Amino acid sequence: MSFIADPVNFIANWLTTVLTGWGASASLIQIILFVIGAGLLSLGPLLLTILLIWVERKIGGRFQDRLGPNRLGPWGIIQPIADMLKIFTKELITPTGADKVPYNLAPILAAGSVIAVWAVIPLASTVYGVNINIGAVYILAFGALGELGFIMAGLGSNNKFALLGGFRVVANLLSYEVPMILILLVPVMFSGSLGMNDIALSQTVWNVFLAPLAAIIFFITLIAENARAPFDLIEADSEIVAGFNVEYSGLKFGFFYVADFLHSVTAALVFSTLFLGGWRGPGAETYPILGFIYLVIKAAIIYFAILHIRFSIPRFRIDQMMSFNWKFLTPLSMMVLVTTALLNKLVPGDLTLVRVAVMWAANLVLWVAADQIVKRVVKKQAVPEVAQPRPLARPPQVGTNDILGG
Amino acid sequence: MTAVKLIFLMTAVVILGSAVAVVSARKIIHAALWLVLTLLGVAVMFALLESSFFAVVQVLVYIGAISILIIFAVMLSRSSFVDEGSQTHRRWWIAAIGLLVIFVAWVAVLSLWPQWSVTSTPLPATATDLATLGKQLVDPNAYLLPFELSSILLVTALVGAIFTAMERKGDQP
Repeated sequence: MSFIADPVNFIANWLTTVLTGWGASASLIQIILFVIGAGLLSLGPLLLTILLIWVERKIGGRFQDRLGPNRLGPWGIIQPIADMLKIFTKELITPTGADKVPYNLAPILAAGSVIAVWAVIPLASTVYGVNINIGAVYILAFGALGELGFIMAGLGSNNKFALLGGFRVVANLLSYEVPMILILLVPVMFSGSLGMNDIALSQTVWNVFLAPLAAIIFFITLIAENARAPFDLIEADSEIVAGFNVEYSGLKFGFFYVADFLHSVTAALVFSTLFLGGWRGPGAETYPILGFIYLVIKAAIIYFAILHIRFSIPRFRIDQMMSFNWKFLTPLSMMVLVTTALLNKLVPGDLTLVRVAVMWAANLVLWVAADQIVKRVVKKQAVPEVAQPRPLARPPQVGTNDILGG
Repeated sequence: MTAVKLIFLMTAVVILGSAVAVVSARKIIHAALWLVLTLLGVAVMFALLESSFFAVVQVLVYIGAISILIIFAVMLSRSSFVDEGSQTHRRWWIAAIGLLVIFVAWVAVLSLWPQWSVTSTPLPATATDLATLGKQLVDPNAYLLPFELSSILLVTALVGAIFTAMERKGDQP
């Protein structure tokens, strides 16, 4: 095993030999390697966030026809480091009447739950935190813990806006979990395992080709679960100031900020693993580093798509968001799940091309049917216009002899 | 003492302590948050028993869904449910003595039970196979009836909730 092909295991093996030479026992070496691995796996995403903040601001700037950060360093690349140093020096303010323990625990839960997800994502064929046989459910469980962090923030801040943000967290995240769980069963069904590495390993044909509709629904629910625009109602600045994190300052706010930015890249990694074959690609099994590069490329494309949607689509109204989930996504994902399950059993696995063709046809039929039904319903339930909008935003008395205005 | 035993004892202390805090917290929202900690401790217990599926499902269902709904319901209600006044009954010592007697009796009965001193052996890898669990849930000879009954119970609760919340024609707005 050479260093170039598989650097992580090369270093791990080298460290094992060195420690054995020093006379450490096998179990101690195991513990040391676990601690180093866990440390790196949780530090890596945090450091990656510094780059991600720059990437997101720069791309966002381009989408909105401005330059983005451009003062510090080449292309403004040092800007997030300066911002980070500034946030370290800020005062940590606790509002009067805040519920201290939930208030302080919330940022830790929010950031920690995202980093915990990285433990089960296979970064290459040989490099992953743990290959537990329930990786997919583990991701959902830690998503739920992150939700709890947001709720505790909204609850403990003693602020009405924060509380409203907390309500919206439950409404948004809990309801989009339903189609997400349903759709998560599709890749699980194809691979016959809940382990993330097994799912990546089983994708000789990428799942996105076998279940395109499921992939689209999963992508939408991922954006909604991360509370990214157009589903960012929980921190809608124009309605509830900043939602659940309005009272946070300094490093505690920084934790939420990190969680937010890390969420989208973690979502991209999860999506790539579940539907785009993860680290799979030509030569990835013999040279694990290639697999890592493939995964990064796939995740980067998905990440760019998430950013593209974030900067292009305006925010949903809350009733639109809820009815989109409960009246469209959830029934559709149930149909997709049942159809895919039936066809998966009916068409044998070795006829790859037939399988892909049948799956595409079924998905297309489902999509057209859903589209037609939604069109009919929308036409039937047209929102009545209550009043004609006034041409100018001014009181009616202006310019008259009325004592109220003029 | 092995590391597993140490973790078990620490988890047990956390579970019991937070369970006491659930019933003794003065604010109901604090009780709900303590309940989350208790359930998290139970998840750690499942993980210690090498049943990672149940550990994760415990977090997903009990913390991700049920606790969040409890907290949501409390948040929606106007009153903050702060408990005032004494939390103990005047004759609390009678209950304490009764509990102690029951506890001693339980320990006495359990220590007579032969299974009490059997050390558990790790389950074989096939025992934690999820496919087996899934098949058992829909097998008429295994757990089909309880499984279906519990789903009927949930549907009943759902219908009841919808019926309670539904706006009927004659209702005042």
